[in-house]
Amino acid sequence: MSNEKKRHVIPGEVIVSGPYRAEQNTVLQGDKVLATSIGLSDVHDGSVRVIPLTGGYYPKDDDLVIGKIISHSAMSWEVDINSCYSGMLPATDVFGRDFSSHSDDLSSKLRKGDLIATRIVNSDKTRDPLLTISGRELGKIDYGELVEISPSKVARLIGKRGSMIQMIESATRAQITIGQNGLVVIACEDSDGLLRAINAVELVEEKAHVADLTDRISEMLELKSD
Amino acid sequence: MGGRDTDIVLLDEKGIRCDGRKINETRKVSIKAGVLKNANGSAYIEFGENKILVGVYGPRDVHPKHLSDSDTGILRCRYHMSPFSVGERKNPAPSRREVEISKVIKEALEPAVMLKQFPRTAVDVYMEILQADGGTRCAALTGASVALADAGIPMRDLVAGCAAGKAADTVILDVNNEEDQAGQADLPMGYMPNLEKITLLQLDGVLTPEEYKKCIEIGIDGCKQVYEIQKKALQEKYFSKGDNN
Repeated sequence: MSNEKKRHVIPGEVIVSGPYRAEQNTVLQGDKVLATSIGLSDVHDGSVRVIPLTGGYYPKDDDLVIGKIISHSAMSWEVDINSCYSGMLPATDVFGRDFSSHSDDLSSKLRKGDLIATRIVNSDKTRDPLLTISGRELGKIDYGELVEISPSKVARLIGKRGSMIQMIESATRAQITIGQNGLVVIACEDSDGLLRAINAVELVEEKAHVADLTDRISEMLELKSD
Repeated sequence: MGGRDTDIVLLDEKGIRCDGRKINETRKVSIKAGVLKNANGSAYIEFGENKILVGVYGPRDVHPKHLSDSDTGILRCRYHMSPFSVGERKNPAPSRREVEISKVIKEALEPAVMLKQFPRTAVDVYMEILQADGGTRCAALTGASVALADAGIPMRDLVAGCAAGKAADTVILDVNNEEDQAGQADLPMGYMPNLEKITLLQLDGVLTPEEYKKCIEIGIDGCKQVYEIQKKALQEKYFSKGDNN
């Protein structure tokens, strides 16, 4: 089956008709595949999906997200993950198995307002998504600048196999942590690099649907560094 | 049969209506998507002299909690007319009519919106009528579906709204305020053009079976015209800057 060019679609628009698999953001209606979101259609090897250009973040297993502690109970923290569901970080994840709600104080580790890089362990939607901060690159974020972008544009910011983000990182010498929920933390030693990295991320957000985005970003980063 | 006594000529000998339109012509419709910064999705629609602002929030937590459904998300709609939207000041408290219209618009949008994906959440649609000139429910429905798409809520199709009716013994498309007041029938419709399904159908007045069929026919036609404008509004917001195809 041929792979056709990406097209701009809006909800209800017929992308293809025939024996195709309807994947992300599409729905099968008879033998037609309709888009359910505004975005770019992608027909590949008999499967059809739409890369959305709008919409919020919906928790998925194994996603790295950046969250903000809202509050805590005796057993867990409640974390704002920029989604319609708030995340739950169990105390045992931080204190280990011998956690005791009598002797251990949750606010000694993470306080309200703290930012954390966290991974989603379980998101079955019948309950609030379960989070963990044990793992590489996870845990409390101590410094950096928080930039918020639309969650639908995260994929574009990362680029194919991380090409976009690597380019920005190497040009500005910044460390960028991207949460799938659209929160991005940028840390950099020198302030000029930090500003350039922030500008680059904001430009990706603004021009996410443009085809030659990578060129534009590299142009911008090179111009600034001269 | 039907209608109030009036001095206005609803239809002249040449088949031109009181506002200069032909019998199967809609009013001028213009839609702009994404006009409100604080809402997740929004739209502003001008449907002839109707001016409506729509804001969509969600999916978000349901308050009060007891309304939430663990199997699906819920849709809540509020149709509201501003006190200054009509000639005589309208009491801003929700009237019986507004409650009804909120309900029918909610039911007209539900077949399109795929809320099963977001259990325990709510999507709120606020429609504020800034200026009313007949046919606000269709206009509000049209605007609401653009705002929902703008918010990124998954939808099977957009819902376009347009009314058909009867005035001066003639079947007409897109009934305006004068024709609604003095005419014989008003039949507002909501229609999903790609799925070819009607989601809103009301009738105020009397029609013969033939007239009814004709109304449905031209109503669908009107909805399709409105759909093209909805489509254009969304394309303009999302695909116009630095286009790549």
